[in-house]
Amino acid sequence: MPVRSAPATAPVVELLGVTKRFPGVLAVDRVDLALLPGEVHALLGENGAGKSTLVAMLSGLVEPDAGTVRVEGRERRIGSPRAALQQGISTVFQHVMLVPTLTVLENLVLGMSWWRRPDRAELERRLAAIRSEFGITLDLDQPTGELSLGEQQQIEIVRALLRQSRVLILDEATSMLTPSGADELGALMRRLVKSGLAVVFITHKLDEACRFGDRITVLRLGRKVGELAPEGLAAMDQAAAVDEVVGLMFGDRSIAEARPTRLRKAEGAPILTVRGLTVTGATRLARVDDVSFDLRPGEILGIAGIDGNGQKQLAEALAGQRTVATGSITLDGRDITRDSVAERRRLGLRYLTDDRIGEGAVGGFPVATNTVLKEIGAPPFWSGGIERPGRIASHARELIDRYDVRTPDETTPIGRLSGGNIQKVLLARELSGEARVVVFNKPTYGLDVQNIMASRNRIAAIADASLAVLLISTDLEELLDVADRIAVMAAGRLTGIVANDEGARARIGALMIGRAA
Amino acid sequence: MEALLTAAFLTALLAGAVAAGVPLLLAGLGEQMSEKAGVLNIGIEGMMLMGAYLGFLVAFESGNVALGFVAGMAGGMAVALFMAILCVGLGLNQIVIGIGLTLGVEGLTALLHHFQFSTTYPRLAAAWRLPVPGLVELPVIGPALFDRHPLVYLAFLLVPLLAWLYRRTALGLTLRAAGEKPAALDVAGIDVQTVRFLAVLFTGAMAGLGGAFMANVAAGIFIPFMTGGAGFIGIVLAMLARGRPAWVLIGAVIFGGALSLTTALQVAGLNVPTDLIQMLPFAAVMAVLVLYGRKARLPAALGLPYVRGAR
Repeated sequence: MPVRSAPATAPVVELLGVTKRFPGVLAVDRVDLALLPGEVHALLGENGAGKSTLVAMLSGLVEPDAGTVRVEGRERRIGSPRAALQQGISTVFQHVMLVPTLTVLENLVLGMSWWRRPDRAELERRLAAIRSEFGITLDLDQPTGELSLGEQQQIEIVRALLRQSRVLILDEATSMLTPSGADELGALMRRLVKSGLAVVFITHKLDEACRFGDRITVLRLGRKVGELAPEGLAAMDQAAAVDEVVGLMFGDRSIAEARPTRLRKAEGAPILTVRGLTVTGATRLARVDDVSFDLRPGEILGIAGIDGNGQKQLAEALAGQRTVATGSITLDGRDITRDSVAERRRLGLRYLTDDRIGEGAVGGFPVATNTVLKEIGAPPFWSGGIERPGRIASHARELIDRYDVRTPDETTPIGRLSGGNIQKVLLARELSGEARVVVFNKPTYGLDVQNIMASRNRIAAIADASLAVLLISTDLEELLDVADRIAVMAAGRLTGIVANDEGARARIGALMIGRAA
Repeated sequence: MEALLTAAFLTALLAGAVAAGVPLLLAGLGEQMSEKAGVLNIGIEGMMLMGAYLGFLVAFESGNVALGFVAGMAGGMAVALFMAILCVGLGLNQIVIGIGLTLGVEGLTALLHHFQFSTTYPRLAAAWRLPVPGLVELPVIGPALFDRHPLVYLAFLLVPLLAWLYRRTALGLTLRAAGEKPAALDVAGIDVQTVRFLAVLFTGAMAGLGGAFMANVAAGIFIPFMTGGAGFIGIVLAMLARGRPAWVLIGAVIFGGALSLTTALQVAGLNVPTDLIQMLPFAAVMAVLVLYGRKARLPAALGLPYVRGAR
């Protein structure tokens, strides 16, 4: 039976040669993009490739400097989020755009005409229809802030469906989901496009783009460097598609070989011993419950787990930023459970926070000041309470050089640097002096691929220099790449520690879903 | 001491509490609307004072007190318009602009008063009263609560009305979203600046009305600086009320009662230094702040200008 070719569908929304310039950056440079109904269009690119700016244009947050936007063939201006919604374009942003203090119902009706009263019965009827078609259930009376990020994302998708959108943009929608959550989202996207929606799926993860996308557009430094149409994609198997896309994203450079090499193995007696560590937290998940482990010099112990399961509390308890309820922390034979942050730092325990700008640095202060932020008043940078700017500046210049920090100079406010460069400055600060144990909390979160690779290599090098490393990460690939042993944390407990060898992935997966390895 | 427990004394005390409490109630309800929408309206003291001045001027010149109230609201809204343009439209610092506006209006009204009324100090006739049939016959509370200017009843009616608006309507939802997470409101298709602009204007209207009540009903005269911190107490009330109009009312009654007690105790001729008695309302503010200040829950985006697309 001859396969009838699908009727050529016209794009719902079309961007033609759009360009957007921000001070000092050409964020988007003459990009064409056509969004077709019934298709998941994956937009793939590294940080700074221009994905967010394209999303902002489509959702009415910024307007292009040049180029045209067409909605159903007609030229349109999308000058505000309201205008975007009126054209049928809904966006689920990377950072949840719901009001945490409102209930689910209230968030769903937010934005409707102010003189109308929310009609609950009508809404429930429509939600029932959405439930039967897409399989999403919502509890209308829950306060939104108490829901998981995945559930909040579903609220946003439902809101878009309630508005009868024609285009749904999902901006880095999998970044806060578990692997199985991402698969569920993939299945949901299939159902959404089947109902005639055009879905735009923005991601920086290759495999997701290849798995979920019908069409893949690759962006790089603000330019569209390639597009794989559904016909082409269907003809390739997944590996071939990944190869093709990698070629587009990075030129010939492949990231497959970038796995850091470890020179040494862990040796000697444990330097950091944690026994029965318990920290009470505000919620059921955000706490530390009876955690014990040893860490030896030259060893990288990874902590895997879904974000918000007590990892940050564990890191802060180790660094001395959080009060320990019970249990003990021993550093090189000395009990430091009750020692201050400064004392632990002096003893060689260093902590690199995941909150680089909020907690790790003072954004408005120059790079130089930030390099000595944890030693205020101490020699050699202060003498009798008087700052010695020359010493600080030369120290900073040396670190900038050694860690390859890309900054105009050491007087630049650190907040103006990119995430990767801020990370380098913080690492330089933590490693200066006699560091012996380094605790990393999500060190590569929010960095682009090149900086992620550089960071992982640096972490491996730190362990090779006989320092002990505790690496907390929500990225399992990262842990499998560099860690010697990997522990899984869930609801504040370590559910198991496995050696990182053949089959580690499967055993960690089992631990993550609550089965013994 | 028996003098304190007579019906006449209690009636006077309660009547005074209402007279002093109504401007606080209006200011607190007005401020609450701004704060819900995310604007810390420090300029409310100036808005009240402008309302008192314009309200009195128009009532005196026209001989029509009702017209005076309209003018008072307009005066408060005029000051609020500056606040809205500078702080919402241009995103300037709300605290600096608010203090500046208050100081500016204090100077301006004192100057105008100096030229117009400083030699004559004219007074308005005693305010019109609207006794509520039946209820006015009740002992003590009848004459204190139900034999008042219509504006008093209106102020009390606003409490359930606003509570309903905040809890049950889409407009209330919009206001709360503007104060908690303006970006979410913006991407839901509602212009944050417009919502905040209107909320600030409403504050101006309420504050102006409260000021006009002080001048036209409670005092019958305009005196420079006559609001004497009532606007600031309104801010305290709004912050302690955790978004509930009913709590603004309770706060207004407590502070109004303390203010009234200062007069009542002096009239009763109690042998206590007047300075101590006059301290009462402010001691009450401090006591309440110490007791409940820690529980105040303010909107997350309060005081932060909203810029679209900024992270």
